[in-house]
Amino acid sequence: MSRVLVIAEHDGEHLNQSTARCVACAVAIEPGGTDIVILSRNPGAIAAQAAALAGVTGVLTVTNPANGPALAVVLAPQIASLARDYDVVLAPSTTYGKDLLPRVAALLGVPQLSDIMTVTGPRTFQRPIYAGNALVTIEVPDGVKVVATVRGASFKPVGGGNAAPIRAVELPATLPAHTRFVELRTGKTDRPDLQTARVVVSGGRGVGSADNFALLYKFADRLGAAVGASRAAVDAGFVPNDMQVGQTGKIIAPELYMAFGISGAIQHLTGIKDAGTIVAVNKDGEAPIFEIADIGLVGDLFQVIPEIEKLLR
Amino acid sequence: MQKIIVCLKRVVDYNVRIRVKPDGSGVATDGLKMSINPFDEIALEEALRIRDRGLATEVVIVSIGPDDAQQQLRTGLAMGADRAILVQSTGELEPLAAARVLLKLVVREEPGLVLLGKQAIDDDCNQTGQMLATLWDRPQATFASKLELNGTVATVTREVDAGLEVLEVDLPAVVTSDLRLNEPRYVKLPDIMKAKKKPIEIVAIDSLGVDTSPVHRVTKYDTPPARIKGAMVKTVDELVGALRDRGVLA
Repeated sequence: MSRVLVIAEHDGEHLNQSTARCVACAVAIEPGGTDIVILSRNPGAIAAQAAALAGVTGVLTVTNPANGPALAVVLAPQIASLARDYDVVLAPSTTYGKDLLPRVAALLGVPQLSDIMTVTGPRTFQRPIYAGNALVTIEVPDGVKVVATVRGASFKPVGGGNAAPIRAVELPATLPAHTRFVELRTGKTDRPDLQTARVVVSGGRGVGSADNFALLYKFADRLGAAVGASRAAVDAGFVPNDMQVGQTGKIIAPELYMAFGISGAIQHLTGIKDAGTIVAVNKDGEAPIFEIADIGLVGDLFQVIPEIEKLLR
Repeated sequence: MQKIIVCLKRVVDYNVRIRVKPDGSGVATDGLKMSINPFDEIALEEALRIRDRGLATEVVIVSIGPDDAQQQLRTGLAMGADRAILVQSTGELEPLAAARVLLKLVVREEPGLVLLGKQAIDDDCNQTGQMLATLWDRPQATFASKLELNGTVATVTREVDAGLEVLEVDLPAVVTSDLRLNEPRYVKLPDIMKAKKKPIEIVAIDSLGVDTSPVHRVTKYDTPPARIKGAMVKTVDELVGALRDRGVLA
């Protein structure tokens, strides 16, 4: 039986949902042996959340003040020392996991797989390349540790109700001091998180300005939706970078994605193709987004959004 | 600092729509327009701006690839790089192997900074910079949207899922670029002429003593299932009706 280690992502207090998606991938690889490791300054509350996840057989906590800010250079040697006892090491394919896991793989001297979409066998995995325009199946030979990031949109988060044992571990890793955390600037919002929201309302260049985005925020709040944006809208300074959806932004899979004034560059479509229903509203009937939209309407978003709002119950 | 190394990968141009070969043996790339990986081009632009502010004396560009990758190195030289190194390799390298090859050159050249794109737009791996930093035992700052140099320290703003994270790293370090770090310059004709005189050193990959044979086995390539084009509606009433029919709107 393989032993799988999932690296938890958290913000110091809460387990990120990407971890539950990672566990789903871990269970698909090996149903009976998934441990989660939490590296933190104070892992208590996060460990309890991790222990509740279905399919988890154990939670390991590594307490160290240096693990406060999630610095890849600090976390990687600790994970690498732990990983020697595991056959599979998984991290979410978020900016956290993408930054961290290649460092772990390099310390272990094994290649890494990025963005697992499908587990096709105990050692075979499918992943996207060329912005999702092709899929490649990769087999990891016997005896080589599987080190991989997991594409969250491809896996449903596992449920709760479990009570896996929690164990504190001491790791004798030497931690570097050449990298220092300065600050995290985050556009705190009361809206649902873009990566976990059931409904996402998204705007592009067609929205025209930062001020005009207010229309989308108001509409999203009516629906209880998160707000996303295309690269063009971020580049133009309408919204901050953490709202970007697409190949280099967030890859999301909401039940309903409503795109307003987004033309639909291939890099954007990569970020939404796992969405349940895609709605597109654009003035340009030739916009590529209509090629993948389930429901399309050629029209002016500034007229369409208020009209939809009037019809909402 | 004396030197900045920028790593450039030759990739299918981002405007080209690739196709999987009908027999699933690979992606058809013959005859397609090739370019510098766009993220690497941003990395090069940043290096040139640092040099032109007087904070570095030389920008060296490095590529691992076939002979034809000299075209992309020439473009990099025309953008303003001082010299180029091509590590000749016909096969595809896994990111770990690429990092091991790059480490050999980094150790030889002793740069104060290594810049490269956060990912290549062909394999989308997003690994090489991090792996190079690890093997070199130096700091990394990935997904950079702002880079400030101050003596022996770099302050890097990173685009992360939660927003913008600021790190301070001791130099030398590896920094990988995100899209908003800068907007690369257009190459002008006189610069293309000048670039013809700049040196490209050719290094045979076998001479570096690195095992670059792939560890993972690629078994097949597939075309992803396409989303089927849905229905166009004419009015907002129809739109809301269709959403209610699907049960996604109350």
